[in-house]
Amino acid sequence: MKKTSHFDPNTVAVQMTDIVKKFGNFVANDHINLTVYKGEVHAILGENGAGKSTLMNILYGLYKPTSGSISIFGSPVHIENPGHAIELGIGMVHQHFMLVEPFTVTENIILGMEPTKAMVVDIKKARRKVKELSERYGMHVDPDAKIEDISVGMQQRVEILKVLYRGANILILDEPTASLTPQEIEELINIIRNLTADGKTVLLITHKLKEIKASADRCTIIRQGKYINTVDVEAVSEHDLASMMVGRDVQFVVDKKPIEPGEVIIDIQDLHAKDYRGVEVLKGLNLKVRRGEIVGLAGVDGNGQTELVEILTGLRKGESGKVIIGGKDLFNADAHTLFDNGVSSIPADRQKHGLVLEYSVAYNLVLQNYDKPPFSKHGILKKDDIYKHAEELVGKFDIRGAEGGTKEAGKLSGGNQQKVIIAREVTNDKDLLIAVNPTRGLDVGAIEFVHRYIVEQRNKNKAVLLVSFELDEIMSLSDRIEVIYNGNIVGSVPGYKANEKVLGLMMAGGTKNETED
Amino acid sequence: MKQKINHNSETSQNILKIKVQGLIYQNALYTIIAIFFGFLVGGIFLWSAGFSPLEAYAKLFSSVFSRPKYLIWSVIYATPLVFTGLSVAFSYKMGVFNIGAEGQFVVGSLAALCVGILVDAPPVLHVLLCMLAAIAAGMVWSFLVAVLRVRFGINEVLSFIMFNWIAFYLSNYVINTKTIHKVGGGEASKDIRESARILLPQSLQNIFQSNKANYGILLAIIAAVAIWFILTKTTFGYRVQAVGLNPHAAKYGGINSDKTMYIAMSLSGALAALGGAVQLMGNSMRISQFAGQEGFGFQGITVALIASSHPIGCIFSGLFYGAMKYGGSKLNLIDAPTEVVDIIMGTIVLFIAISHVFRYLITRRLKNKEEK
Repeated sequence: MKKTSHFDPNTVAVQMTDIVKKFGNFVANDHINLTVYKGEVHAILGENGAGKSTLMNILYGLYKPTSGSISIFGSPVHIENPGHAIELGIGMVHQHFMLVEPFTVTENIILGMEPTKAMVVDIKKARRKVKELSERYGMHVDPDAKIEDISVGMQQRVEILKVLYRGANILILDEPTASLTPQEIEELINIIRNLTADGKTVLLITHKLKEIKASADRCTIIRQGKYINTVDVEAVSEHDLASMMVGRDVQFVVDKKPIEPGEVIIDIQDLHAKDYRGVEVLKGLNLKVRRGEIVGLAGVDGNGQTELVEILTGLRKGESGKVIIGGKDLFNADAHTLFDNGVSSIPADRQKHGLVLEYSVAYNLVLQNYDKPPFSKHGILKKDDIYKHAEELVGKFDIRGAEGGTKEAGKLSGGNQQKVIIAREVTNDKDLLIAVNPTRGLDVGAIEFVHRYIVEQRNKNKAVLLVSFELDEIMSLSDRIEVIYNGNIVGSVPGYKANEKVLGLMMAGGTKNETED
Repeated sequence: MKQKINHNSETSQNILKIKVQGLIYQNALYTIIAIFFGFLVGGIFLWSAGFSPLEAYAKLFSSVFSRPKYLIWSVIYATPLVFTGLSVAFSYKMGVFNIGAEGQFVVGSLAALCVGILVDAPPVLHVLLCMLAAIAAGMVWSFLVAVLRVRFGINEVLSFIMFNWIAFYLSNYVINTKTIHKVGGGEASKDIRESARILLPQSLQNIFQSNKANYGILLAIIAAVAIWFILTKTTFGYRVQAVGLNPHAAKYGGINSDKTMYIAMSLSGALAALGGAVQLMGNSMRISQFAGQEGFGFQGITVALIASSHPIGCIFSGLFYGAMKYGGSKLNLIDAPTEVVDIIMGTIVLFIAISHVFRYLITRRLKNKEEK
């Protein structure tokens, strides 16, 4: 895909000069410069905590800079608050949406600035304008749909519309792809292109290199609060970007020693399950994972992988079938039994399932083992051992900000929260590791870390089932890729043979034979 | 030398700053703010009703502190509230709002009454039997609600409230049966036997100048320490709080949340019921026919709230509420309405409930100051 640039190098839309922002003694932004041209898609790249969100929050008026100056379209400004930023034509779409679920799209968009006619909200006028904006930028948003009924991708478009409705010319998108499917990401990139074609300027906060390559014109890299460089995206590789962001050479390809897969660790036979609405979502699925192999389960969200994983981790009951682990049929066993029989997992939602956020890191590290020696005896917790264990893992897995395990898990960054889970599950050292979207929302450094440990489990001759919506992840890690579609495995490809096109077709319901024709 | 002094004052300033910042995140600070506002609002009501707030508050405090006897009475008033406070606090740690402590208190008291009247046993054993009966009754009362929630998905708040009324009428029914009802007139039960009472020995009663001084508060303190121990030191406490904080993660981690819920709710019921037993065996000795709910359980909610659900904190907040109740009962001596205590306690609850507003205001103020 060749992207077309729309930016006008003669008009500077945003100029931030020498921005410094301190929080107490902590310097979040250390003399950062940023120049963004009209019609440009400008990515702000940095690891979690590098200071990119702080910089954008300053531009949006949420923080005031300690020192430095800002000018918008050439005129110097002191942005007092978000209301002022909106007046200046700056709008921000946050990572976490701020929408009223039972309200319609139109109602959400006009919230706070409802057009009125004789004291009554003129919803028709608003609806017309929303529809028109949506069509102009190719968003296909139904102005009458309720937020609770539309997908996450659509909700994000509503947020973008909300900003446009308020007359923004400069849009800041904070990690816009964090919760989108690959298809939605592609559509979002198209929308961004439509926006710039219309003269809008887009600032993209992200740590996803692939999307920067696909959508941005230029990219400013920030590392540990410091300005590193601004580059033309066309002129650099993903590898260059990653190295600049992390400050060292990053290994994309994980070392995998050749292993001949061994005995079958988990054998799933003819598994049937219904989702919460009572619709059958697993329709006789069969799947085997052996020792010493990573099996990647590829598929578009909603084809049964969530239910499959929930059954395998004891969170959900299936209708019928067999789940044979170590010779025993553990179909519909509870989480405790599955764990004791060799299943560990990295759950999809680390904050919902993976951690008790209010518990200390140390407590979280013994979530399945708190009642086993050496962490307790006769029902009394042995805190010394729990904290000693935590200190060891915090060091070994480089969990930052954990203060030796005493810190609450909820106070760590997302990447470090994931490290807590990885540390726990890898240390559990079970025969089977199920990893579900293990790198969602993580930056390059953390992704490298997670991948290394997943492969290490395989190299230690354990079985790994990797479920992910990131095809790249599946392709770079898996020894064998199984494609799930509509509740069944529809194809199997050896890892080294896989490519995006073949997998993509199978994920959309085409069979392998068709694709080979 | 001079530099060194500067340096020292700077570090001590920093230490002070850190201490202040630490305080801002302490629940205790907001509790104190809430108590202050409680008295302020109570004072406004007194003043607008034509009473001198200063005089009334002076009376309130002198009714509690001026004589050892008064202090003992305050403790007697506080004892059942510590138990119901513990009951609510413990269930809250598991994510359950035990508004049913009222009913559990009543059935506990009723079970102890029946054993205390009908059974003839030697002193210490009799007390134990009464308490065991109360614990059993409270556990069943709360366990049934747990079953309704776990098995049928019925919101426990609704069941608790209904169970409160069932307990209410059950008590009125039982005390009017022939074997339990007082011989002769009056709308109350018989007194429990001497052997079932937990009063202090006569010699100590004389010292404390109170014929109702009892062992109850010791039991309440033991219970509070036990609950604190369970919550912080045991695997069961780990489970209870994991289920309360994040039931999804608890389930994922292999914790049987249903079983945990059954045990913990039963324990919570037992605590409230023990409060009822202690009130009966140490103070009232009989149960009168109810005209309205007595409110020990509901007051336990306030106690737990003021204590931020900390078991040890419940001892102190229970004593505070007990003193307010006892001191408040003396307000009519100066013709001031005793209900002002309810206004004060209600206002405290309100201000604790909205303490995040204060937290926000204070932290924002400090932040602004720092930015300047």
